[in-house]
Amino acid sequence: MSERPTYTPFHPRWYRPPVSTWWWLKRPSSRAFILRELSSIFVAWFVVFFLLLVAAVGRGEAAYQEFLRWATNPGSVLINLVSLLFVVFHAVTWFNLAPRAMVVHIRGKRVPGKLIAASNYGAWVVTSILVAWIILAGSR
Amino acid sequence: MDDRITLRLARYRPEEEAEPTFEEYEVPCRKDWVVLDGLNYIKDQLDGTLSFRWSCRMGICGSCGMTVNGEPKLTCETFLTDYAPGPVRIEPLQNFPVIRDLIVEMTDFMQKLTTIKPWIVRDEERPLAEGEYRQTPDEMSEYMQYSMCINCMLCYAACPVYSLDPKFIGPAAIALAQRYNLDSRDEGSGERLDILSQHEGIWACTFVGECTEVCPKDVDPAGAIQRYKLDAALTSLKSFLLPWGAR
Amino acid sequence: MVKRTLTLEPLLWLLFSAGGVVAALVIPVLLLLFGLAFPLGWLSPPSHAHMLAVLGHPLSRVTIFVSCTLLLFHWAHRFRYTLYDGLQIKHLNELIVLLCYGGVLVGSIAAGYLVWQLP
Ligand code: SF4
Ligand code: FES
Repeated sequence: MSERPTYTPFHPRWYRPPVSTWWWLKRPSSRAFILRELSSIFVAWFVVFFLLLVAAVGRGEAAYQEFLRWATNPGSVLINLVSLLFVVFHAVTWFNLAPRAMVVHIRGKRVPGKLIAASNYGAWVVTSILVAWIILAGSR
Repeated sequence: MDDRITLRLARYRPEEEAEPTFEEYEVPCRKDWVVLDGLNYIKDQLDGTLSFRWSCRMGICGSCGMTVNGEPKLTCETFLTDYAPGPVRIEPLQNFPVIRDLIVEMTDFMQKLTTIKPWIVRDEERPLAEGEYRQTPDEMSEYMQYSMCINCMLCYAACPVYSLDPKFIGPAAIALAQRYNLDSRDEGSGERLDILSQHEGIWACTFVGECTEVCPKDVDPAGAIQRYKLDAALTSLKSFLLPWGAR
Repeated sequence: MVKRTLTLEPLLWLLFSAGGVVAALVIPVLLLLFGLAFPLGWLSPPSHAHMLAVLGHPLSRVTIFVSCTLLLFHWAHRFRYTLYDGLQIKHLNELIVLLCYGGVLVGSIAAGYLVWQLP
């Protein structure tokens, strides 16, 4: 009993264990959280990748072919595969959350959350098909 | 013959020790016993010095929250048999200073609740003679979910943002603000926005979502925060673009 | 009364959200096509002339520029908070903000230049 507990306002005895730097490894839900947050890095990678494509197209036929050849190297395929998985994970978490952040009323009636989520997924499918169609219209 | 289960309890006696220690007790593991029954058995039969909070034993008072095997739980709703054969580790709620044994200091939480003005705010009170403020069932259902909170603080115990930054106003307080903002009789959303749009308010939240997972009353505080962010961002965008228009 | 402090946080959050929507809607299909399907030979890539026509359309140029900027804002916001919470390095705030929003600025200038120089 050498150390008497001292009284600080609201905290009779501050016993508060420090938070580990690796707290996000402890629970499955926080591991999912950190993966979702890390998806942002792959979003940034996509911007770089896409701008490289735009630059190549801008520099002409030869540069475009060169880009397509470069994209076949295993490193680039691997990082794009990983990015795809991360971004799809981002998309799914994003659309699932949408009905909780957005509450829509149509003619005074609250639109059920399932419908909002479904319309988000619908928009995803439609955009994907549209983009693929625009690009593939020019496949040789 | 009863099965038995070992409870590993965090003990903290500030007058004797500088840090919590663990002590083990063996209690009967009956089919209808919850963790709180085990604790009461210890208090009555084995060690009367054990301190913990409880009251209703039916998931409504919100005072029996503890950390059971690392997860924030209402101990009156958590069955011992789910943890058989044990041992079960029971600690006070995380992210709060510990006063003694399983009891945490909750003033910080209580103060945060009051800062968001959890009552109906009117620009001008209606004279009593004009009667009550009426509300339709539809209007009530808008905020019903957020009014189910029992202030058990499990969401604070689960929230990594609160653990990193105790100034964060936290899940239940924001859900409670939404409960009043969405009430058709209330006119205080502007005042609440001033408080919640501070950095320690809504913007500190990164939507980890743990609060919603642990909430025993399905309040969905994480959803409430996201919803509030959207409202708040649009409001501040509006007042930024049309400074004369908004309040 | 609390003083109304003008903060950028709501604006940054809106940009983050807008970027999140763009990311969820268009990145998967584009990555699938250009990152996997064409390189692995599942589908044959479009001709250069077609790509030029698609990317060079005035509407595409604006869309690409705006989308890239929003995506970078999305990255910056999320990455910033990942660094704060995941590594607990909030004391390096200035450096992190510089890194993240500097990245947005550089990236969005690059995007603007690249779509502008398309023939
Ligand atoms: S929101 Fe849920 S977890 Fe949080 S204090 Fe209220 S009832 Fe408990
Ligand atoms: S004792 Fe009341 S909620 Fe558990």
